[in-house]
Amino acid sequence: MSTKVRADFSAIANWIQPNSSLLDLGCGDGDFLEYIRAQKKVQTYGVEISDLSVLACVEKGLDVIQQDLEAGLALFENQSFDMVVLSQTLQTIHETESILNEIVRVGKECVISFPNFAHWSHRIDILLGRMPVSKTLPFDWYNTPNVRVLTIADFEALASKIGIKILDRVILHDGKEISWGANLLGSLAIYRVQSA
Amino acid sequence: MTGLNTQSYSIQFNEPLALKSGAQLASYSLEVQTYGQLNANKTNAVLICHALNASHHVAGVDPVTGKAGWWDNMIGPGKPLDTDHYFVIGVNNLGSCFGSTGPMSINPETNAPYGSKFPMVTVEDWVGSQARLADYFGIQKFAAVMGGSLGGMQALAWGIQFPERVEHCLIIASAASLSAQNIAFNEIARSAIMSDPDFHEGNYYAHQVIPRRGLRVARMIGHITYLSNDDMAEKFGRDLKRLQGDPQDYRFSFDTEFEVESYLRYQGEKFADYFDANTYLLITRALDYFDPAKNYGGNLSKALAAMQSKSLVISFTTDWRFAPERSREIVKALLDKKHSVTYAEIDAPHGHDAFLLDDERYHGILRAYFSKIQKDLA
Repeated sequence: MSTKVRADFSAIANWIQPNSSLLDLGCGDGDFLEYIRAQKKVQTYGVEISDLSVLACVEKGLDVIQQDLEAGLALFENQSFDMVVLSQTLQTIHETESILNEIVRVGKECVISFPNFAHWSHRIDILLGRMPVSKTLPFDWYNTPNVRVLTIADFEALASKIGIKILDRVILHDGKEISWGANLLGSLAIYRVQSA
Repeated sequence: MTGLNTQSYSIQFNEPLALKSGAQLASYSLEVQTYGQLNANKTNAVLICHALNASHHVAGVDPVTGKAGWWDNMIGPGKPLDTDHYFVIGVNNLGSCFGSTGPMSINPETNAPYGSKFPMVTVEDWVGSQARLADYFGIQKFAAVMGGSLGGMQALAWGIQFPERVEHCLIIASAASLSAQNIAFNEIARSAIMSDPDFHEGNYYAHQVIPRRGLRVARMIGHITYLSNDDMAEKFGRDLKRLQGDPQDYRFSFDTEFEVESYLRYQGEKFADYFDANTYLLITRALDYFDPAKNYGGNLSKALAAMQSKSLVISFTTDWRFAPERSREIVKALLDKKHSVTYAEIDAPHGHDAFLLDDERYHGILRAYFSKIQKDLA
């Protein structure tokens, strides 16, 4: 496991009940799953498309399903998981509305986290005429896996439009919680949601 | 610990085996090859189930024939399934033609080969006979049961029939039942064999002939379905079968014109030399009949509900005989019951045959999976 625990891990972990079932979509190398399993007794599955990441999960002994999230979640029944996690993955998916509808169909609750494009440092980059590159958006425009950059305000507008109820949110910057001016001062947004 | 430590057995079972069809086999023998060493607690055993035309000779090179085992790239010292750590069992299935009791064997009741009288055996019957093999070795629980294609069906059936006796089911390039298209291919192959005048309703041994023509056609059609279109295009294209320097013109005849024909004819001939026609019929039928969901109104999730093992399911993107969709059905049923399952879909160009070939990603997953099991055992 990577030595540095991602800032959003502990925030997400707080929302996960012991003895629950958890589906981590876009689980990467399984770092979060390994983290949460070390903390709580949960049954977990990851979903991941990359061959190398699937292998990394198998090496960690994690259950992982190789598939493309763009194809939807046909393998998973309605409300079949206590928690579905979409951690810093939403911005890499083309079929945004479809995946959001799918996760609240499958999960009784869901966690969605994403980098906030409207953080003040990103706004300054744009004002200066360049696409932002930061801790939460660590790629250049030409090599980024992100296909849908969004802001906290954007997400909340879409959630309300497509019938996703926001239960809770944590806004972070540099691992610290932001209590006011979220869309300006927060660089990472984490939501707990469910189907309205 | 080094070396493959190959041991061969011919194991006689005298307790009658009740078959799914209602018939029974009074006694039978199984041809077995093992590799590596069974540990003191007998927890490191892995059973390998074979597909249509393979055998108990899974790994290593046969000192007499010089032939490598059919899964030699997978199993051996330092290989993904490492015989330095695991005790691996290869078994020739009942009804096959490589030494275990089958249609070529002498029926003790008639003192003649069983021929067409050999009872219909199913995947479940094989698993039943393999459980007795486990008893023979004193193995209460397999660390893993693993197979590709029809072998994967056996691995799945193991999880269903003996949930307490298998820790991991490894189901590769397989399906929980054949599709209509798949049964149709089998029927073409069987028709080819049964319509060969040398078939003699399965009693060709008495006539001292072999339905070679039928076997050849059966193998040709089978072989095409194991390869992908791209793979065939790559291997053969429209190349003509010509000696070097010969003109590339058509000869306007039905002799072998194209490379692909030459290849199929060669494969057909080779197959007719070593494979028994009655066995082909039996094993394709066992494939057709396998359908664990049948007793549950077609609901596979219910059929797999009682499984306790963890599963690894692997498919190959260009496999159209056992397509990824079919593997996903198994994965979904396991997920529905919250059984532990990992699924890898390997992007490989070689069609169904990919499960027998070297592929870094495929072997990498298995290597990692087996080293994890090994850590859990230790």
